[in-house]
Parts: sequence; C-alpha cells; structure tokens
Amino acid sequence: METSRREFLRQLSLACGSVLFIPACAGYDSPWRFFSEKEARTVIAFAGQIIPADQDAGATDANVVNFIDKQLIGPYTRFQEEYRKGISAIENSAQKLFQKAFYELDRDNQTGFMEQMEAGKLPEEFWTEVNQRSFFNLVLDHSMQGFYGSPRHGGNKNYVSYKMMRLDYPHVLGQNRYESKCATAKLMEL
Amino acid sequence: MKNKHVNAIVVGAGAGGGIVAKELAVAGLSVVLFERGGWATYDDHNDDELISQRTTVLGNAFGPDDKRHRRVVVNSDGSTRIVLPSEGSYSNNAACVGSGTVSYGAMAWRFMEKDFTMKSTYGHVEGSTLDDWPINYFDLEPYYEKAEWEIGVSGESGANPFESHREKPYPMPPFAYNHSANILADAAKRLGYSPFPIPMLRNSVRYGGRPACYRMRSCVGFACPVNAKCGTHNTVIPTALDSGNCELRTHCQVAEIMLDEKGRATGVKYFDEKDKGQIQTADIVVVSAAAVETARLLLNSKSKLFPNGAGNNNDWVGRNLQGHAYTGAHGLMNDDVYDDVGPGATLAIADFNHDNPGIVGGGVLCNEFTAMPYLFSKMRPPGAKRWGPEHKEYQRSQFKKLIRLHGPFQEIPNFEARVTVDSEVKDHWGIPVARLSGSRHPYDPTGCQYMSERAEEILKEAGAYHTWQRVGGRGLSGGQHQAGTTRMGNDPKISVTNKFGQVHEIDNLFIADGSLCVTNGGFNPALTIMALGYWVGDYIVKNWNGSKFK
Ligand SMILES: Cc1cc2nc3c(=O)[nH]c(=O)nc-3n(C[C@H](O)[C@H](O)[C@H](O)COP(=O)(O)OP(=O)(O)OC[C@H]3O[C@@H](n4cnc5c(N)ncnc54)[C@H](O)[C@@H]3O)c2cc1C
Repeated sequence: METSRREFLRQLSLACGSVLFIPACAGYDSPWRFFSEKEARTVIAFAGQIIPADQDAGATDANVVNFIDKQLIGPYTRFQEEYRKGISAIENSAQKLFQKAFYELDRDNQTGFMEQMEAGKLPEEFWTEVNQRSFFNLVLDHSMQGFYGSPRHGGNKNYVSYKMMRLDYPHVLGQNRYESKCATAKLMEL
Repeated sequence: MKNKHVNAIVVGAGAGGGIVAKELAVAGLSVVLFERGGWATYDDHNDDELISQRTTVLGNAFGPDDKRHRRVVVNSDGSTRIVLPSEGSYSNNAACVGSGTVSYGAMAWRFMEKDFTMKSTYGHVEGSTLDDWPINYFDLEPYYEKAEWEIGVSGESGANPFESHREKPYPMPPFAYNHSANILADAAKRLGYSPFPIPMLRNSVRYGGRPACYRMRSCVGFACPVNAKCGTHNTVIPTALDSGNCELRTHCQVAEIMLDEKGRATGVKYFDEKDKGQIQTADIVVVSAAAVETARLLLNSKSKLFPNGAGNNNDWVGRNLQGHAYTGAHGLMNDDVYDDVGPGATLAIADFNHDNPGIVGGGVLCNEFTAMPYLFSKMRPPGAKRWGPEHKEYQRSQFKKLIRLHGPFQEIPNFEARVTVDSEVKDHWGIPVARLSGSRHPYDPTGCQYMSERAEEILKEAGAYHTWQRVGGRGLSGGQHQAGTTRMGNDPKISVTNKFGQVHEIDNLFIADGSLCVTNGGFNPALTIMALGYWVGDYIVKNWNGSKFK
C-alpha cells in the first residue's frame, strides 16, 4: 500500500515537473473537485470581474469556475499549490482592507482590489509565498481559456462566447452566410 | 525476440523522415520508420482550441504529451527551468505520424536563390555564423518540384515576381483570396508592391485521391476533417507502407544511435510502446527527428570515437538553433473584414525578402490565419486593458474588424543559440533531455522592425484607422520552424554533415530534416525540408549497391 502510494506520488511529481504539492482535500461537503466551496466563491467572483456579464453572458454564466476546477485535477495539477495559497492570500488581503470576504465586496471594490493586485500593490504581508502579479495573470489566463475554449473542458457553456463574438456554432460548413457591410455597399453601388 | 536486421532505419515520421522512408522503400531497401507518437485524426480532438497546435495550454493534440516529455530552458540570467511540451518555451513542433505536416498552416514556400548564399550576398555579420549553403537553389529545384507534385501544392506560378525559377507550374490552381486579402491586395498594389496568392500544401481541387479543401476556420493547428491538407501522413508514408518494404513503428522512442569501434552506425536502441528497451540494427541510419530532438539524439549517442556524441567531435551539433522571428502589424477597420473563410491566410507579399537597402535577408508578409477566440483575447493594441468590460467589448466588437499582416523574418544564426543535453533531468525513459540556451542574434529585431513598418504602412493604406506594430526577434528561437542544429557544409570543422546530409566521419549516418538548413530563409520551412528529404533520399538510393552502402 505504502509503496504504491509512494510510486503514485513519484509519477505525479514527474508529471507535474515541479515540486509536489499534496492537495488538501476539497472536503466532502464541497460540490467541487479541487476547490472548497469558499474558494470556489472567490474564483467565481474574481473571474466574474475578468469577464463580467453585460448584454452578453459573462464568466459566471459560462461556468468558468468549473473549467478551472476541472483542469486543476487534470493538466493543471501543477498549479494546485499556487491556487490554494493565492486564493487564501486574496481572502486575507480583502479581510485586512475591507473586513469582508472578496466575494462579498461590491463590484467597484472588487475591481479596485484586482487593479491593485494586477499592479502588485496589495499588502505584501500576505504575498510572501505567491507573487500577486503572477497569480493575477494566471487566473486571468485561465478565465480566458474557460470562457473562450471548447465547452468540452467544462467552461464556455452553450458556446456563449462564440455567440457574443458572432461566430456560428456548430459550424455548418458551406451553410453559414455572412453579410459584410463592404460587400453590401458595393452591391448597392451597382 | 530479436528484431530482424534491415537496410535502413529512419527516426521520425515527419516532413523529412516520411519522405526519406518512402524514397528508400520504393527503391527496394527494407526500412523501419520509427515515430514516438501515433496516428492523429481529426475526430480525436475536433476543433478544440485549447489543445490545438497553436494554443496548446491543455496539452498537444498532436503530441508529445506532458507526462513523459520535458526539456530544460536556460533563462537569460543563467538559471534553468523545466518546461513541459504544452508550454510555449518547450519549442514544440509535434509528435505524430506526419508530425507538423498534419496540423500545419500548409504554406508551401520555395526559398529564394539568395537564401542559399546569405554570406556571399550580405558579407559577414558580426557575432553570427551566417554562411552559404554547400548547395544552391538550382541543386534543390528538381526536388522542390517533386515535393510539390507528390505531396500536392496549390499556387499560381508567375504570380510572385520575386519567385525563383521553376521548371514546372504548381499541380493545383491557387486558392481565391478571402475578404481581408482582397482589401490588402488593392492597398499593396497602390503602394507599388506585388501581392499574390500564398502557395499551399492543401488541395484547392481534388488531388492525390483526396478532396478539395472546404475552408474551415480551424485549420492551422488542427488536422483536416476531410483530409484536404497534404502532409507526409496522407501521401508518402502510405506509399512507403504500400511498397511492402517499410514497417512503421509508432509509439517508439529512439534513445541512442549505436556506433561500433570503427565509428560506423550499427542501429538504434529504442523503447517500444510498452516501454521495453529494444535494439534494431540496420545498414544505414537516417535521423529526421526535427532540429531539437535530432541534436539531442546525436548528443546522447556517445561512443569511443565520438565521446561527445555522434558527429560532434568539433562541437557543432546542436549549435545555430534557428526558427523564425514573426513580425508585422495589426490594424482595426471600420467594417467587418472577417468572412469565416478558413484558414484565413491567402495573400502574400514578398517584396521585403532580399534586395532592400540596409536589410540582411528579410521575410514574407501574409495576411494572418484565423485566430480562434482564446488566441484573439491576447491580441490587443499596446496599453489596452486586458480584462473587465473593456476586454469584453473589444472581443465582441473587434473580432471581425481586426486585420493582420505579418510573417517570418529570416534569423541570423549564431553559435550560442543551442541544444545540449541536460546532465540531470531525464524523460520518462531515463534519457537525458534537451536543454535550450542562448538567444537570437541582436540583428533580428532591426530587420523585424523594418518588416513591421512596411506591414503597418500597408494596413494604413488599406483603411485601418488604428494600427500598431508587433515587432519580433528577441529571446531564444526554435519552435515550429526549428532548424539549423546539424548544418550541412563542405568544411567538417564548421559543419556536421556534408552536402548530402551524410554525417562527417560516419558514412552510414544521415540527417534529413530541418537540422540541415544552414540558414532558414524568410519563409516557412516545410517545403524546403521536404525537398531536402528527397535530396538526401536520392543520394542514398544512388549510392546503395543492392546490399550495402557504397
Ligand atoms: C501549427 C503549425 C503550423 C505550421 N505551419 C507551417 C506552414 O504553414 N508552412 C510551413 O512550411 N511549415 C509550417 N509548420 C512547420 C512544419 O510543420 C515543420 O517545419 C516541419 O514539420 C519540420 O520537419 P522536420 O522533418 O524537420 O521535423 P518534424 O516534421 O517535426 O518530424 C520529426 C518527427 O520525429 C519524431 N521524433 C522526434 N524524436 C524522436 C525519437 N527520439 N524517436 C522517435 N521519433 C522521434 C517526432 O515525433 C516527429 O514526428 C507548422 C507547424 C505547426 C505545428
């Protein structure tokens, strides 16, 4: 038993190509694979400001958190440690600045907070193990992937981002027609 | 059971290797073609952007996998880091039957005459290893033709006034311009340039028993669902297998070339699909593993006469790693320019390749391949906000209005941009991994700047109301256009192979891939690598006396 576990960990660390981090279990009461329920709330709020809902769906509707959670036990296992520590640093920073959880802040305070983080200006005391700017960039990038990537990875629910970008999906080859203003204008000239 | 001895081993079933294997097999040599990946099909990954060969963030649909492969990259401050194949700095091309030719953009360029004589044309460039090839364009011309007709290229001969001489036209007519190409063609002509349709290794009409392209938006980075893209996997490799003389062994990682006391290659050691170590002996070994892995394999093949790796007694293996510095400009138009006619790139301008005052070499500019939504999220004017409402509005309103013109600048090779093997980090099989270090030559950003300015000028003329340059040429090169690590040459002291790809001092060891290229041209390299495959194959066949190599 013990050796097979050790072997498993060895392979895992090989697969990650970095220092092994043993994830604290998401916990039985969490509906998520990697995140605790509270962590997921932070990520939902964070991604929700990266790609906010307006007349079109945003990250929350697209289920970006599900994408990130899913990748963290798959191809992104190597980022587990950074997420766990980074989310906790976000929470500690928000508590210190606002005495509230990040996800409880209003929109302006959330985005203001994120701008500080992007510029590396959140209180340094909580960011000794994780670099706040790198973590910001990581979640930014993963949110974009979850919003714009194929739904088969758990995000971009119902191709909401394609719809927003006026990209037909499914792509019915030879059947999709586009009207370009230029072409129409040319026709009108005739 | 021991593997049966064969005439030839070819390592790597990509652009160069697929062709050599076919040339040898149809000439009657018994061949084993090794490939570390398997067959890739469209259905395995469909149009999934996040594993496509353009944005491999969740893994490479066309290999290699993150579990078993890794490389070491030396940072500019001398520290090192381990990188996975799905990470950009790994410098991946692909690992499957056909390699990059399954998922490539399929631009089918012949180099220009001056691409083979860079040093005599431009003189010595300080700090570089810029040199002439030991062969010239006309040596390779018949082999370019063979590649165009056997693999299949669509294009319009004579449309590019700077085109090198060709004996025969393209086998297929060119692709029609898409909407952005029409706009750019008019603008370029007004400025006195000569736009023309990009030649493509893609069927514009039915060819080679495969259908015509139906212009998917997801083409570059993906396999073709109808097999209209022409690679080695659907042309020469099937021909090699049909000859009955070639056995393709997929999922086999070649670890080492075996050399005997006399310094001749006797075969290879490899790990099979079940990770079992095996030996295959042969009369000839041809390495076509692409510039990084070819160098790694040679360096990992140490023997008494070659203590620093096969062919490496003068320390030239792995040197001069090149790729292409992509450079150009972006612009925003008032009206939609995106028409969903894949793969997007249809127009080229070759005016900036050679003969421009003060510029060494140069490159071709093309309108760009369609960016899928995630890739597009990174395409912003300088200073634009990357997230929040501004990001979203840009994504929504500008996706169909962005117009891009860019292309590969011919890099100036240098000795310190190199592949070595790491002394500590090993892959899944325990083989020392490739270590990438150095950076591009300091000239590259200067040349890139010139090309980007020209691109911006054309975009403005085309009516873009807001334009910005994207200037390339910094950092380490390699990547999908990796080349140069076992350059060919007449002087064994400053090259690794002779002009036929035969490793100096090891008569029966050949290289046939991008590693041979002395310089990498101002064009995408695949057709040149294919021509080199035919060139090397032809030489081997002509010097094969029926049972052994002369
Ligand atoms: C997305 C994309 C777009 C591209 N677009 C273009 C384009 O438009 N035009 C163009 O000219 N080029 C393009 N290219 C580049 C082109 O595919 C490469 O230049 C070309 O395939 C390189 O040929 P090669 O023979 O040097 O190596 P490859 O074709 O890469 O072949 C090497 C093969 O060797 C195998 N191998 C390596 N090591 C081992 C080992 N130890 N044991 C067994 N097998 C091994 C690899 O798995 C691989 O299959 C593109 C590539 C990509 C990925």
